[in-house]
Amino acid sequence: MKLLKLVPDHTNIDFMRWRNIAVILSTLLTVASLAYTFYRGLNLGIDFVGGQVVRAEFARPVQIENLRARIDSMGVGEASIQALGNDRTYQIRLPRPSGPETAANQVVSKLRVAIPQQFPGARVDAGESVSGKVSEELASEGAKAIIFAMLGIAIYIWLRFEWQFGVGALLTLAHDVSMTLGFFAFTQLQVDLNVVAAILTIVGYSLNDTVVIYDRIRENLRKYRKMAILPLLNLSLNETLARTVVTSLTVLIALGVLMAIGPEVIFGLAIAIFLGVLIGTYSSIYISAPVLVWLGVTPDSFIRVDEKDDKTTPGAQPA
Amino acid sequence: MLDFPRWKVWIVLLVVLAGVYLSIPSLIAGTPLASRWPSYLVHSKINLGLDLAGGSHLLLEADQRDALKTRLQAKEDEISTELHRDPRIEVGDISTADGRLSFLVRDPTQVDAAVERMRKLSQPLQLTGNRDWDVSVVDSARVVLTPTAAGTTQALKDAMSVARDVVRRRIDPSGTKEITVITEGGNRILVEVPGVEDPEQLKRLIGQTARLEFKLVDLEANPQDVLQGRAPPGSEVLPYPDNPGGYPMIAVKRRVMVSGDQLTNAQQGYNQDGAPAIDITFNTAGAKRFGRVTQENVGKPFAIILDNRVLSAPNINEPILGGRAQITGSFTVQSAHDLAVSLASGKLPVKLNVIEERTVSAELGKDSIHKGVIASIIGTFGVILFMLVTYGRFGVYATIALVVNGFLILAVMALFGATLTLPGIAGFILTIGAAVDANVLINERIREEIRRGRRLLDAVETGYREAFRAIFDANVTHVISASIMAFFGSGPVRGFAVVLLIGVVTSVFTAVYFTRMLVALWIRRTRPRELHI
Repeated sequence: MKLLKLVPDHTNIDFMRWRNIAVILSTLLTVASLAYTFYRGLNLGIDFVGGQVVRAEFARPVQIENLRARIDSMGVGEASIQALGNDRTYQIRLPRPSGPETAANQVVSKLRVAIPQQFPGARVDAGESVSGKVSEELASEGAKAIIFAMLGIAIYIWLRFEWQFGVGALLTLAHDVSMTLGFFAFTQLQVDLNVVAAILTIVGYSLNDTVVIYDRIRENLRKYRKMAILPLLNLSLNETLARTVVTSLTVLIALGVLMAIGPEVIFGLAIAIFLGVLIGTYSSIYISAPVLVWLGVTPDSFIRVDEKDDKTTPGAQPA
Repeated sequence: MLDFPRWKVWIVLLVVLAGVYLSIPSLIAGTPLASRWPSYLVHSKINLGLDLAGGSHLLLEADQRDALKTRLQAKEDEISTELHRDPRIEVGDISTADGRLSFLVRDPTQVDAAVERMRKLSQPLQLTGNRDWDVSVVDSARVVLTPTAAGTTQALKDAMSVARDVVRRRIDPSGTKEITVITEGGNRILVEVPGVEDPEQLKRLIGQTARLEFKLVDLEANPQDVLQGRAPPGSEVLPYPDNPGGYPMIAVKRRVMVSGDQLTNAQQGYNQDGAPAIDITFNTAGAKRFGRVTQENVGKPFAIILDNRVLSAPNINEPILGGRAQITGSFTVQSAHDLAVSLASGKLPVKLNVIEERTVSAELGKDSIHKGVIASIIGTFGVILFMLVTYGRFGVYATIALVVNGFLILAVMALFGATLTLPGIAGFILTIGAAVDANVLINERIREEIRRGRRLLDAVETGYREAFRAIFDANVTHVISASIMAFFGSGPVRGFAVVLLIGVVTSVFTAVYFTRMLVALWIRRTRPRELHI
């Protein structure tokens, strides 16, 4: 049987030729993503702004306008209603009422009683309420978690490799996270706790790719001490390209299935990781690697620090 | 590479078999097979999170204002009892303004004695050396008791641990359900109840402080004043929503004659008209007191007060001496039953507010599991197919490793009684995709080494050795992000992180060690001359 080789043997793409364009583009996109996120804002779920969501299943098809009118008449604020797959299942979100911390929960109680009264046979399948105080805590914990994860991983890379690699990892992560946020700002998909989990996963995954490439760069730096840095990066990227493609594809296959037919509650999580894998694959090639050039990684600098103790004949070191 | 001693093979096989064995109870849970699984075999299985099993997650927070008020009230009673003891100290009304207690000592020579007795009432706090109340004198005759911050904190902490037990008793009077009730961060209680059918009833049970008091009705109060909220000294005006006399307010004496603390039991019953009521039984001290009070006040109305609202104020027709009484009011069977449960479990020392709720019905949970399982199966098959067409024989090894990894994740989760949540299923699928990364790294490296002209055995050996470094570092990054997620995340997100963490560890075993064994055994058996990879 002929085996599938997505990346042919002896592939030799001059990745670094476009590094300046790529980095400029990525920087612009990152800045644009962040600016757009700040300008447009994220569609934050009740986890982060407080409020109430109930999910109701009706015995008979219900018109969305009819449902909205009934809920408006309850005086619990302006509902945003979303049909879930059919015209009998709806998700109803209401803004957090002002007042004491318990006010949010009382709205859920009210809906849970009122919906079956107004629509006989209807069933409230899920109800969530998050008070203002709790949502502030969740938001700050989520932000902290993402920042700590980024720093923690960058520090690990610094310890395992060199400081330049740590900086490269941090910039790569910042790029990936900004782009993901930009995507959520652009599509206005709801950002909830699951999306934070997804971003943390992306932080782990994107670095997975970067680490594999960095590991190969380190290996080649030791192996080909005379090679200039750009060809060496190209060589390392090409050598790891097949792996990059195959792994990314397997993850995309698994997540694609989850996105397409998985439970809708975790759609945000699935699409965020799916996208993050794509961005992470790109950034591990065009951000992680070029950064090393600017930070002045040469075979020299690496050896001097890393293999100081291994020197048996100091004079034999390449100049 | 070929050096794979038989004992190592046995150990690896043993681990794999243990993994399959331990994951069986979780896999057959909820199917008819579960009942046929022999009882002498292992039964630990994965817990389903509330988003999959259905149930209610409630985060309760102590109402600080209510806590302060309750504490002041309790202190007020304590002071009044103390001052009435011999030698009695005559004081004016006790004021509770500004969160402090103060009273005027009528006889100036008794001020020092009053201060001394107040100091004795305050408790020293452990470690800090502070006391829970500061006692001072202003204007030479007014004694002021101010709660200290440390005292307030300690009181809240004590109240929360009592509240936790009360909440548990209310939700689960029989003590048989698998519910979680834990205190969090000093002033919160987390409640998780799987399989709730009516979350509103649950919240009603918890939301009621159930402070039951019996006080005498102040018959001398001017009805006009009462409607304005003004009561004569020594009395207070309380809401009385179901007053048959029409006024929604009533004046009662401040002094608590008998309180719900002295109950031993409460049950829903019916009054002589057949309306739902609550039958209560007092303990010995309570019965004695209730008997004395009713004896002394025959013919007068007696207010039954729940959480500062008057339920009813029946006339005392005759002394009630047996320690049994009945609480009437406008109840339904359900509300009478709920109140009986609340009273029997004791009053909450502090009012609890629901500040977060997440409830999922069992149907929705089942639907999620169903969709999640199907997505997992299809996703796994997709990945397997891709591995097979890409790596041939080595793809088969990766596939076996993948399946074994799936079992191992389930086994480890079952072993630790971990909770599987909906995002956890996503974590499972992601792990399936990411776990093969190690095999991809190894296989690509072997391809590369063969291209470089290494001999088969050498190439395989170099492949495994060189790839391991990258596999290790890459997995550490996963572990870092997943640990941080597990630390900061709540409920479902933590479930996701746990699956990722377990998956990373087991995948290193299956993808590196286990496949290496398979490859070694194959090479040793067939001595292939070339490698199709």
